[in-house]
Amino acid sequence: MKKLLTGNEAVALGAYEAGIHFAAAYPGTPSTEILENIAPYKEEIIAEWAPNEKVAVESALGASIAGARSLVTMKHVGLNVAADPFFTIGYTGINGGMILVNADDPSLHSSQNEQDNRYYAKFAKVAMVEPSNSQEAKDMVKSAIEISERFDTLVMMRLTTRICHSKSIVETSEREEVPIKPYKRDLQKFYTAPAVSQQLHVKVEKKLKELEKFSNETELNYIEWNDKKIGVISASVAYQYAKEVFGDKASYLKLGFTYPLPMEKIKKFADEVETLYVVEELEPFMEEQIKAAGIDCIGKEKITNIWELNPGIVEKSLFEEEKPTIEYDESVVVNRPPTLCAGCPHRAFFYELGKRKDLMIPGDIGCYTLGGAPPLNAMDTCICMGASVSLGHGFEKINEKYNKDKRVVSVIGDSTFFHSGMTSLLDVVYNKSNTITCILDNRVTGMTGHQDNPGTGYTLQGEETNMASIPDIVKALGIKNVKTVNPLELDELKKTFDWALELDEPSVIISRWPCALKVLSKYDKEEFEYDLKKCEVDQGKCIGCKMCVNTGCPAIQFDKTIKKSSIDTSQCVGCDVCMQVCPLKAISKVGE
Amino acid sequence: MDNTKSILLVGVGGQGTILASKVLSEGLVEAGYDVKMSEIHGMAQRGGSVSTQVRFGDKVFSPIIGKGEADILVSFETMEALRWLEYLKPDGKVVVNDYKIPSAPILMDKEDYPEGVIDIIKDKANTSMIDAAKIAEDLGNTKVMNIVLFGALVKAMGLTDIDWEDVIRKTVKEKFVDINIKAFNAGMNAIAEASVI
Repeated sequence: MKKLLTGNEAVALGAYEAGIHFAAAYPGTPSTEILENIAPYKEEIIAEWAPNEKVAVESALGASIAGARSLVTMKHVGLNVAADPFFTIGYTGINGGMILVNADDPSLHSSQNEQDNRYYAKFAKVAMVEPSNSQEAKDMVKSAIEISERFDTLVMMRLTTRICHSKSIVETSEREEVPIKPYKRDLQKFYTAPAVSQQLHVKVEKKLKELEKFSNETELNYIEWNDKKIGVISASVAYQYAKEVFGDKASYLKLGFTYPLPMEKIKKFADEVETLYVVEELEPFMEEQIKAAGIDCIGKEKITNIWELNPGIVEKSLFEEEKPTIEYDESVVVNRPPTLCAGCPHRAFFYELGKRKDLMIPGDIGCYTLGGAPPLNAMDTCICMGASVSLGHGFEKINEKYNKDKRVVSVIGDSTFFHSGMTSLLDVVYNKSNTITCILDNRVTGMTGHQDNPGTGYTLQGEETNMASIPDIVKALGIKNVKTVNPLELDELKKTFDWALELDEPSVIISRWPCALKVLSKYDKEEFEYDLKKCEVDQGKCIGCKMCVNTGCPAIQFDKTIKKSSIDTSQCVGCDVCMQVCPLKAISKVGE
Repeated sequence: MDNTKSILLVGVGGQGTILASKVLSEGLVEAGYDVKMSEIHGMAQRGGSVSTQVRFGDKVFSPIIGKGEADILVSFETMEALRWLEYLKPDGKVVVNDYKIPSAPILMDKEDYPEGVIDIIKDKANTSMIDAAKIAEDLGNTKVMNIVLFGALVKAMGLTDIDWEDVIRKTVKEKFVDINIKAFNAGMNAIAEASVI
């Protein structure tokens, strides 16, 4: 059967067909939908959201050691978190086949950096495959699991945003059910004490030689002969761009198995063509290795390593030819930045926090990162998952000793706190810094599209489970001063900030209200009382002071001709934060 | 030889560009074309500018296009058409919705919504403007604005041979099928008889 699938949907189908038994992940754009699409195969695959990527990789390794075929997914920066087990699995190898699906984000559509994780495969000495469309994404799960079991190696499948989120046609097939392999205690393999690992390093070097031989033989790396004046070596979505640019006027060495590279095959291909191009997105991963093997080629001297490519960019870079475009004055187009949604509990929180002077506010990764943008402007830094709390600690230690002119208010989301904020908060307590940590608990992992997490009471596959209590956790970490507030009550929020700022020891404020877009669970319905009546502006009373506008709510518009605000009731969810900030009580609930 | 066509659908997060692209892509697959579709998730969804690309033909390689490569630009919001106009071929077509969504700087009175956007576009490209919001409102459901625009796109692209009503039945939730078919037909009728691209 033919289906039009995204790369992520195709990987999920591939996992089903390839007989995967266990899959784990932490959500991260652009990889999130892989596990979401594996979750419905409840009978065949155990699928889990892990609290972070390191935990996901270790769980998947445990499943592999137990004899199962396992798969773990993450976005590129997630592999930084999981790098510790990842590198050592490079040495140990696996029992049941194991795949690590890694999604890079060229152009940083939804990321804090643009790292090229192909280097991780080389660094950790594991095999790597790279699909160039959805069919390959599905098929390569099966190839990867076979390679993993045949060579006793973890296989990294490297995707990019365009592979993950582009749809193309996929031919489906049946699931291949494989038995769980027996578990045999093997200290020389999985017990990486120095004496064991010294020998494992010897083994992995031998394994890489075997994998390179395989790379030269496998059909995953194939040549398409056309005119031999131009030869193109390419992989991943860049191959599709090269095909658009060169068509059948060039010969191609299309690589699907990209670590170790098939250097013999590359040499033979290079010998036959007059000019050799290496077309790859981001860094010169292939080009560097090809040049180091003494093969002349053209790559990054022409094609940029910054942001994602497209056929137009490849053509312009190589041939200085540009498609004609319509010329017009683009400057009249007004920017359309992403904003917090109408009724978002984060808006109320940042609105109130932003009024305070002399704060240093380390932020974190999630929707609430937008709290640093206008008009809220209530954030100083955003580095990586969990950094708000620990960065705040370090800042505060120096502030306490030398400057004494700031208070540190670290801001982190619920899922991010579970991910890697807990250890950071332990540092605050242990090393005694007087910071205020605000945990914005919107009852879901919001930014990536509403995934459950250890705090929601549900698993990925819809089972009810323990609902982690953030107050209990922070108290157990040693925080004595803990308050939970409803952020939509600005007075309550203000008093809570006052309370925390007066303290001489660390505190935690939990801002607890569901994401405005969340489909409420039965627990949410029990806990939160909603007044869903929308708000309206009495324009007779409105004096155009813009206090409501400065909350940044997308449902509120200021009409400069009459100098009055108005509220779009199709967007308003009745959070009534604007009512609370209006000094003239010109805003009320519709009909009241 | 290369008969690949490229469609660029743009709008604002939440306007239903993705559903329209999905119906379009499914129909093109059923009609026997090779199809690729690309969209961006994440940050861009939060009220930001969004785009979806659909490419179809005998054999499609790249899921995305560069500047000056779209055969048609369908803009669900007026100003967005201007933002993406450089991706259109100089002889390409524009279908633009007469529907303005002020972005955050405009809502907050930091910037003004640009004047005369449609005139600028009409001056530069073969443009059809439709009031999809009004059409959808007349049909009794403003949410089907996306399918009205989809109908207009089908007409403008000359893709009327495909049984779109059947595709809509297969891709849209059952209770919304009738209203979506009405919206589709209204969108088709809103576009003056268009020459096939």
